[in-house]
Amino acid sequence: MINEPDQSRLILDLLSEPEQSMTSYAHLRRDLRGIYTLWLRDVIRLWRDRVRLIGSFIQPILFLFVLGGGLKGRVLSQGSPSNYQVFIFPGIILMSILFTSSFAGMAVVWDREMGFLKEVLVAPISRTAVVIGKILGGASNSLIQGLFLLALAPFLKVFPSVGQILMMFGVMVIVSLSQTAMGIALSARMSSSQGFMVLMNFIVLPIYFLSGAMFPLTHLPIWLSVLSQMDPLTYGVDLMRGILLGTFYYSIYRDILIIMFFGILMLYISVRQFQRD
Amino acid sequence: MIQVNELKKEYIQKGQMITAVNSISFEVEKGEFFSLLGPNGAGKTTTISILSTILSPTSGNVLINKINVEEDPHKIRQHIGVIFQDPSLDDRLSAQENMDFHGRLYGMSPADRLRRSELLLKMVDLWDRKNSLVRTFSGGMKRRLEIARGLMHRPLLLILDEPTIGLDPKSRRDIWHYIHEARKEWGMTILLTTHYLEEADGADRVAIMNKGKIVAMDTPSKLKQSLGPGLVTLEIPPDKMDQVKNTLLTFYDVRHFSLETESTLKFPMPSSVSSPAVFLQSLPPVLTGFSVGTPTLDDVFISLTGDQQSINI
Repeated sequence: MINEPDQSRLILDLLSEPEQSMTSYAHLRRDLRGIYTLWLRDVIRLWRDRVRLIGSFIQPILFLFVLGGGLKGRVLSQGSPSNYQVFIFPGIILMSILFTSSFAGMAVVWDREMGFLKEVLVAPISRTAVVIGKILGGASNSLIQGLFLLALAPFLKVFPSVGQILMMFGVMVIVSLSQTAMGIALSARMSSSQGFMVLMNFIVLPIYFLSGAMFPLTHLPIWLSVLSQMDPLTYGVDLMRGILLGTFYYSIYRDILIIMFFGILMLYISVRQFQRD
Repeated sequence: MIQVNELKKEYIQKGQMITAVNSISFEVEKGEFFSLLGPNGAGKTTTISILSTILSPTSGNVLINKINVEEDPHKIRQHIGVIFQDPSLDDRLSAQENMDFHGRLYGMSPADRLRRSELLLKMVDLWDRKNSLVRTFSGGMKRRLEIARGLMHRPLLLILDEPTIGLDPKSRRDIWHYIHEARKEWGMTILLTTHYLEEADGADRVAIMNKGKIVAMDTPSKLKQSLGPGLVTLEIPPDKMDQVKNTLLTFYDVRHFSLETESTLKFPMPSSVSSPAVFLQSLPPVLTGFSVGTPTLDDVFISLTGDQQSINI
């Protein structure tokens, strides 16, 4: 039974004092604590679910070694890369990041189905903090996937320098964050996981296929070229491939700016979507 | 503690405007145990969602601890604990982790989190299962854990939305025991919605909602008194039903029944009746059963919200 009346009475007294308004510093501290808590939860859950984590590597590995291995060394048509396997490697890393990041939205839908989301929404942290916490949690998951795939580089006889690894890591960070923000924005109003899966197929697969992850952007039919330019992932693939293989299709600055702009837009939409009705 | 003034909530569903809560007002004192009763769709959960800052009102205002829910929802959230109708635990985390995360979200120190979660998990008899994942728990255990979690940050106001639905009688009794312990300890205010009328019987005051409005609000005993001195139940052979109804209408002006079946009529004792014995003598000698009972909250509830049937002659 409860047997610390003095303690709780003391706290009650503190609480029933007329409250002075919280400083913005206190607001910020409370929100940072909330963000950390939500991130920590995602990381713990990821670690608990190691089987799923390992299972999620199967798809990119099949792409890389079966598709990439099968097409390696064959000349498909004009302008096709000399080593297809190495050519698609950066795209496969980003594919894995894209799928995992978007999946963070699914976690929000599950939280809603399970009811846990309500526990978070009545907690004394701002909706912005809730969204950022979820984005950081999901992006951490994607980053782990991306780094694991990057570690397979020696199997393709690719040996990036420390500088290249650091730059690719940076690209993976901003792509993870912006794609997770997209996943969260899509999940904000979805109440069923089936519905979310359908939505994802409509959005995530086109993003992947149009990004140039599997083919060079040169000599594309005009419609494909236009759609590809509208795809935010195109610029991430361009950066990764540029860093690893040395040739950028667009400029580095354009790539970085577009990814960041997309991420901030998605963050803004997510926060708006999570406001109360 | 709570002031609700002309609260209204409308939303659009399938192109139609639905008024879930229609200009309700009520106040709840600090330390009071206040209960909202009503059939499904009466607007109880919507009301509670606005009070717990999940939904925004369409119009009207709500003050909790003198803070407007629209102006500073964060400050309110710090002081309320919410126990939802549906479970809201993370079932992939352990009981202890659920408690700990709650404490973190409410800004409790690590030492305080440890002490409180031990105290509360012991109180709800889950201490020996503290490291088990919640998905392995039974419905009753999950509910107990949610109660413990809701009390973790010492809320000044505990909001419970049908907290004991689907639980066996023992679990229900236990849960009320924990809540009353906490109430005694720091004078917590309780706002409850429930279908179990005997739970509302323990409340200081009850508001009965129907179709988005509060149709009655008083102490449970006053609400029962409002039904008059007693409730009459008559057992009648079906073929004599019309004869009895006719007598009741002609001599006592009884038109409404709180319960009517093929062979039963239930209605408040007419005020013109001096004693049950006299009343019985004045009825046709066809009855197979006659009883007068004290009204329960059920009777109040049914008479205010149920579909009343009038006599058709």
